[in-house]
Amino acid sequence: MEKYKVTIGLEVHVQLKTASKIFCGCSAEFGAEPNTHTCPVCTGMPGTLPVLNRKVVEYAMKAAIATNCTIAPYSIFARKNYFYPDLPKNYQISQYEKPLAENGYIELNINGGRKKVDILRIHLEEDAGKLVHDMSEGSLVDFNRTGTPLMEIVTTPCIGSSAEAQEYLKILKSILQYIEVSDCDMEKGSLRCDANISVKPYGEEGLGVKTEVKNMNSFRGIQRAIDYEAKRQMEALDGGEVIHQDTRLWDEKAGKTFSMRSKEEAHDYRYFPDPDLVPVVVSERWKGEILKTLPELPGARCGRFIKEYGLSEYDSSILTAEKALADFYEDCAGRKGTDRDKKLCKAIANWVMGDLMKHLNEQNITIKESPVSPGMIVAMIALIDKGTISGKIAKTVFNDMYRTGRPPEDIIKEKNLVQVSDEGAIMKIIEEVIKENPDTVEKYKGGKEKALGFLIGQAMKKSRGKANPAMVNSIMREKLK
Amino acid sequence: MTAHELVKKIKNRELSSEEVTVSIFKRIEEVEGKVKAFVSRAKDLAVKQAREIDSRIAGGGDPGILGGVPVLIKDNINVTGTRTTCSSKILHNFVSPYDATVTKKLRDAGAVFIGKSNLDEFAMGSSTETSHYGATRNPWNLDCIPGGSSGGSAAAVAAGQTVLAIGSDTGGSIRQPASFCGVVGLKPTYGRVSRYGLVAFASSLDQIGPITRDTADAALLMNAIAGYDKNDSTSVDLPAPDYTRSLVKDVKDIRIGIPKEYFGEGLNKDVEKAVRDAVKLIEGQGAKVREVSLPHTEYAVAAYYIIAPSEASSNLARYDGVKYGYRTEGDENPGLSLIDVYERTRGEGFGQEVKRRIMLGAYSLSSGYYDAYYLKAQKVRTLIKKDFDEAFGEVDIIITPTTPTTAFRVGEKIDDPLQMYLLDIYTISANLAGLPGISIPCGFDGKGMPVGLQLLAKPFDEETLLRVAYSYEQSTDWHLREPELRQGRVNGKV
Repeated sequence: MEKYKVTIGLEVHVQLKTASKIFCGCSAEFGAEPNTHTCPVCTGMPGTLPVLNRKVVEYAMKAAIATNCTIAPYSIFARKNYFYPDLPKNYQISQYEKPLAENGYIELNINGGRKKVDILRIHLEEDAGKLVHDMSEGSLVDFNRTGTPLMEIVTTPCIGSSAEAQEYLKILKSILQYIEVSDCDMEKGSLRCDANISVKPYGEEGLGVKTEVKNMNSFRGIQRAIDYEAKRQMEALDGGEVIHQDTRLWDEKAGKTFSMRSKEEAHDYRYFPDPDLVPVVVSERWKGEILKTLPELPGARCGRFIKEYGLSEYDSSILTAEKALADFYEDCAGRKGTDRDKKLCKAIANWVMGDLMKHLNEQNITIKESPVSPGMIVAMIALIDKGTISGKIAKTVFNDMYRTGRPPEDIIKEKNLVQVSDEGAIMKIIEEVIKENPDTVEKYKGGKEKALGFLIGQAMKKSRGKANPAMVNSIMREKLK
Repeated sequence: MTAHELVKKIKNRELSSEEVTVSIFKRIEEVEGKVKAFVSRAKDLAVKQAREIDSRIAGGGDPGILGGVPVLIKDNINVTGTRTTCSSKILHNFVSPYDATVTKKLRDAGAVFIGKSNLDEFAMGSSTETSHYGATRNPWNLDCIPGGSSGGSAAAVAAGQTVLAIGSDTGGSIRQPASFCGVVGLKPTYGRVSRYGLVAFASSLDQIGPITRDTADAALLMNAIAGYDKNDSTSVDLPAPDYTRSLVKDVKDIRIGIPKEYFGEGLNKDVEKAVRDAVKLIEGQGAKVREVSLPHTEYAVAAYYIIAPSEASSNLARYDGVKYGYRTEGDENPGLSLIDVYERTRGEGFGQEVKRRIMLGAYSLSSGYYDAYYLKAQKVRTLIKKDFDEAFGEVDIIITPTTPTTAFRVGEKIDDPLQMYLLDIYTISANLAGLPGISIPCGFDGKGMPVGLQLLAKPFDEETLLRVAYSYEQSTDWHLREPELRQGRVNGKV
């Protein structure tokens, strides 16, 4: 299978979450009643003219800076001409020859090493409307989405596998969410991805003939589509066939790609600069202002988490993938202070990544909606440290906190879950256990180490889990000597 | 009567706007059968507007700078709730949901909208013959065309069917019909007047402007419509001056350039004589006249007929029968595919000339041809602009004939598009360079048809343009002549 080298380039369309559309004042909000967010401009009425929304440019500038691109001092909107009922003007306003930004990169961690994915360009365009095919009424068109701002991020053909592609998308999504320019929600269509895929025998110069695959609607789908398409091309080459350049659709159910149109059938979009719009001029000063608004990006934050909180790279990358999660973690660990308790930082990470994430994922809610606050997690860990509760009881306490949103102290008090560390009380329990299990005691004394575990377990059970496990352990050993 | 006179009379209540409006409609009813300048008339609405102005005046309110004066709007400019057909079948039933910026400004200025004027379909033509609703006639000779594309507006002004008119000029569409009909037509600098609500023909060339009886009215109408508009990214954020202040009879030391390239082959002798006489008169008033050169003039028509159709092919793509306007009648046929609906709708909805230009434009923009045509034409455009920059380094105003000939007979050139295109030879360059230009009456040819004098100025210097035009006008009476049609008017009052 290692006969061929796969090369992938990705084109990611991101819906920018500005309040209004790119060329008119209509709301760009998703999910409204059909054709309620429309006006003469975005429905292409005769005589209307587009006026560029400055915020859209600023959002794209943020993305450009965050992906290390060079922002062009001068960029141009063009018209992409083609007929389709979801496109009211029958042309799409899109940047073509002179995009807003070029030549950036994103760094990935692949198998412990670093890899740069090169970004060719970032450009802006308007989205089309949505067709609804209704059997009784025929085809209907909803223009709410028409004119919502899209940013297209195009990589060079430099991605070597579907896993790399997925990692790139993960990091890109993380960055775009950090800078708060898009929700990047594939289900809602606010992030869409097309893949250009080619294969060639190892050692051969240049690139193989590429196909463009569209219509993937999940990260998993993208991975499957790339794998399928790469394999299809390899098998075709093995069978002596020639790959034809075409545009293909991914069919999620069938798990296959199908040819949509060949290169010969490709549209001639008759691009030309849109005479209704003036060039976008970006000054150094404007760039400087945007730069100031950028938050710490995920890569930098991950590095800082490793350094400041003493976390592993793995833990840090998970905690910093999402801005809200990283914020939550820092709210727990404390944003200030240089001489940190690394053990405490690790404990917080474990609770957040473990129990908390498990609960959130089960309920499919975000960290922002977490019923457990950072303060509650910190308080709970302090109770474990003080020996008030055991680590095991803490799991129960956490579940209750999550369910009720009440602080750990209240739960412990109410349910009488305070750890028993009184030597006399523990002694009493242990004596009972020894008395009740003479056979096991004999076995232990006869050299069976395992028997001790059973006895300790019995003692913990008798205390309803509240006995201090370390004390139970040491007293039991002492008693059985 | 002119608007600047009427505004005063309406304001001091010598005349009511309603009287003026009613008498205008009376005139329309008398002559419209001959002139055919209107696509639609809005008498009830106009009278209602006029009464509102009258009652505002009665209440001591400000009627606006055009308070109560009838204005005719070219039917490619939107007025809320009324049809905008662009003289095309494809928009025969399109009712605009919004006002063009110019419409709104006119409303604010107290204008009374009397209807929409005929044009060449989508403003593509030089004779108003390509209108789906029939050709408009020249009031000076009903067998002749009025010029175009703003032929309806120019003819209506000449025939006294309106006081003021609005036109649009992409390659001469205000100035050429103004010249043919013996009236004043001003194309402002590109970006001076908002294009928002003007149905686009060629976006980088289109400008809205006044068509009037004299330069004072042109200045007045400019005051109402000029200025920056946030809805038009190509409108320029410069304060618009009071153009009526330019109405000064003084051309002393103004430097006039006569481009030698505009007086060559194809220029009618009568037209040339009228223009040269006009130049002499202006020189006699104290202006300094010299010859200048615009060496790339001969390429202007070719460049224009690449750029304008290219933009048009894209601008007119939206007329597809899906959202509004004409849709092929076969659309209930379940056998029709989407492509069929597009092709039939557009095939049936557009006229010959529009289809010709869409094809020309689509071809020029096609991959493989783009560089040789569109891009090359843009380079020529830059050179033409440079010619003017250089010439305007030496002179303040350039004077040329507006057109090489006077108005010709209906049907004479309609089957020869190339001959028709050459009519714009003197007007096109101003659009390519974005310059302001005005055409004013400067005489008649041997057949009694009006000749137009074109004045061009530096970008945003409509003031000098108006000043020189006004000075000339004050020493002549061409603008006071009335065509046959106007003689024996029933309404002596207006």
